[in-house]
Amino acid sequence: MSRKQRRLTLIAGIFSVAILAVVLTLTALRQTVALFYTPTSLAELSEQPTGLFRLGGLVEEGSISYDANNAGVSFVVADEFSSVPVFFAGVLPDLFREGQGVVIQGRINEDHTITASEVLAKHDETYMPAEVADALKEQGRWKENEN
Amino acid sequence: MITELANPQNFDRWTKPVQPFLNYGAVLLLVLGLYFALFQSPADYQQKESVRIMYVHVPAAWMALMCYTAMAIASFVGFVWKHPLADVSAKVTAPIGAVFTALALVTGSLWGKPTWGVFWIWDARLTSVLILFFLYLGYIAIWEAMDDKIKAARIAAIVAIVGFINVPIIKFSVDWWNSLHQPASILRADGPSIHSSMLLPLFLMAAAFMAIYGALMLVSIRNELTSRRIARLEREADTMVSTMRVG
Repeated sequence: MSRKQRRLTLIAGIFSVAILAVVLTLTALRQTVALFYTPTSLAELSEQPTGLFRLGGLVEEGSISYDANNAGVSFVVADEFSSVPVFFAGVLPDLFREGQGVVIQGRINEDHTITASEVLAKHDETYMPAEVADALKEQGRWKENEN
Repeated sequence: MITELANPQNFDRWTKPVQPFLNYGAVLLLVLGLYFALFQSPADYQQKESVRIMYVHVPAAWMALMCYTAMAIASFVGFVWKHPLADVSAKVTAPIGAVFTALALVTGSLWGKPTWGVFWIWDARLTSVLILFFLYLGYIAIWEAMDDKIKAARIAAIVAIVGFINVPIIKFSVDWWNSLHQPASILRADGPSIHSSMLLPLFLMAAAFMAIYGALMLVSIRNELTSRRIARLEREADTMVSTMRVG
């Protein structure tokens, strides 16, 4: 083997070992790397999480209700198959509304509701001028959450 | 032809006339891009005016990944074929890439606060880009810490090549794991999900950043070649002085 070939083999070897290590690590940490549970994956867990955890999904249409004495807000986080009621007393992000993707952090209560300590809005990948969005709504071609 | 253009002396000769075009091109594209980004593009239906941060954030993030890829390829060529210009290209790309990465992290954070509600979250995308930033810093530190440039080039190249694993992880992090960061808007199976009126400033800014990278890279390669020439001449002068003393 020439020196050039030896260097090529060396770097290819180092690179393959490193890839293997990264793939194994990420496979083992799959659940840790994911930022949140979805309502469905939460329901599928054999044991409900005891500490703080994150849940992501859409705010169900018509589920938002503000507490009478302004102490907080209740809503339902849902995906296609499952949903979880959430209570939150704190500052909501501007984008919070029905049908919006949210990621909440909180603890699960005994009655399977969640008391959230943080509510974040998830922005989707669609970028559109306000005028275009208004025009689409006027023409009735607007689809909320089409992505 | 590439070997001829990459010869250090020839490189000096052919890049000098190219340099002003890149310099002025970069300034022109940046002024044009910022004008469209800040004044000639619409506010977003959800993000309002803060959508303008995207015109700096997205191209900066593209450059962060592109610079790292360029650095890894140059490192590979330098490591296997021992081409001096390849080592130099990799070395000078690192600080430029690090600055683009920092810019992407800072602008992303400024956008995250009004949109998401937080400046920072440890999701897969944000964390992997922060790791990219540290990879750049580590790579730069190796060059700075070692006096023997040949040895430094070897070790830095291994770090750059191994660290390249992070690049596809960054790109696909938003598809592989659920994250707060949104998935890609441009490289999608069904076409960009960004309205056409917002694509012009985005692409202008991307072209401006490319030109800035090109201009900075050519000038820093020439600087590096010159400083190596000076170091070599100094060493030669030292040897001459010491042999004269001995004689």
